[in-house]
Amino acid sequence: MKVLLVDDSVTMRRIQKTQLNSLGINDVIEAGDGEEAYKKLTENMPIDLIMLDWNMPVMDGITLLRKVRSENKYQGVKIIMCTSESEKTKVVDALKSGANNYLVKPFTPEALKEKLGL
Amino acid sequence: MDVSYINPFISATMDCFKKMVFVDVTPKNPSLKNEPYPTYDISGVIGLSGDAQGSISLSFPQDVAIKVISSMLSAQINDKSPELVDGIGEIANIVAGNAKRGLSKFNLSISLPNVILGKNHAIGSQTGTPTIIVPFSSSLGFFSMEVTLKTK
Repeated sequence: MKVLLVDDSVTMRRIQKTQLNSLGINDVIEAGDGEEAYKKLTENMPIDLIMLDWNMPVMDGITLLRKVRSENKYQGVKIIMCTSESEKTKVVDALKSGANNYLVKPFTPEALKEKLGL
Repeated sequence: MDVSYINPFISATMDCFKKMVFVDVTPKNPSLKNEPYPTYDISGVIGLSGDAQGSISLSFPQDVAIKVISSMLSAQINDKSPELVDGIGEIANIVAGNAKRGLSKFNLSISLPNVILGKNHAIGSQTGTPTIIVPFSSSLGFFSMEVTLKTK
């Protein structure tokens, strides 16, 4: 499984990358904002999964989510929102915009494993 | 004065530290911030806007901040590590984001984190709006949360 990990916090990327590694997922590409993530997505297809933060500079996660879902060639890419945004309205907004799943930070490797269906 | 809005921030801080830093933190009695202001070495600050406006900050002595982020990463960091500043900002972000769930009546939006560094700095706030301080104790040391929220 190839994962694009998108978060503006280098600390969160380090934690989430360690969580993915503990699940046996080692092919991980990182991006610090939505714009960088879109560039890395186009350059590194096929990507199986995007783990996507919401609040980021330059381009936020919900904007990238809508951009990716507007293009047919990325329909097979699973997207899990991984964010501190915890309100139901945000969850509904993300799922309606095409996110496959939603994880509220902080989350455990077990919760990630469950959302990944592993 | 109704300051019950502080409770979701306290709960979110306890939950964040338990799940991310792997340590239990204990809130002490909240109090209104009065002069002389308490001082800190590193603070993560999140702006709050919407039907109420204000900010939340989590402030630490440097040695406690280093222990917190080292525990979070399960790896020792030092005062020069980029994860120190970034991690404190992210903890503030996660606390603010999680607290919003209990404050939905205010329809809050949260800013990106800002981190203040400097020995013995104080956090200022808007005149006329009360700031609530909540000290926390933990096995890693003491830290404080300050919340200023102007409600209608």
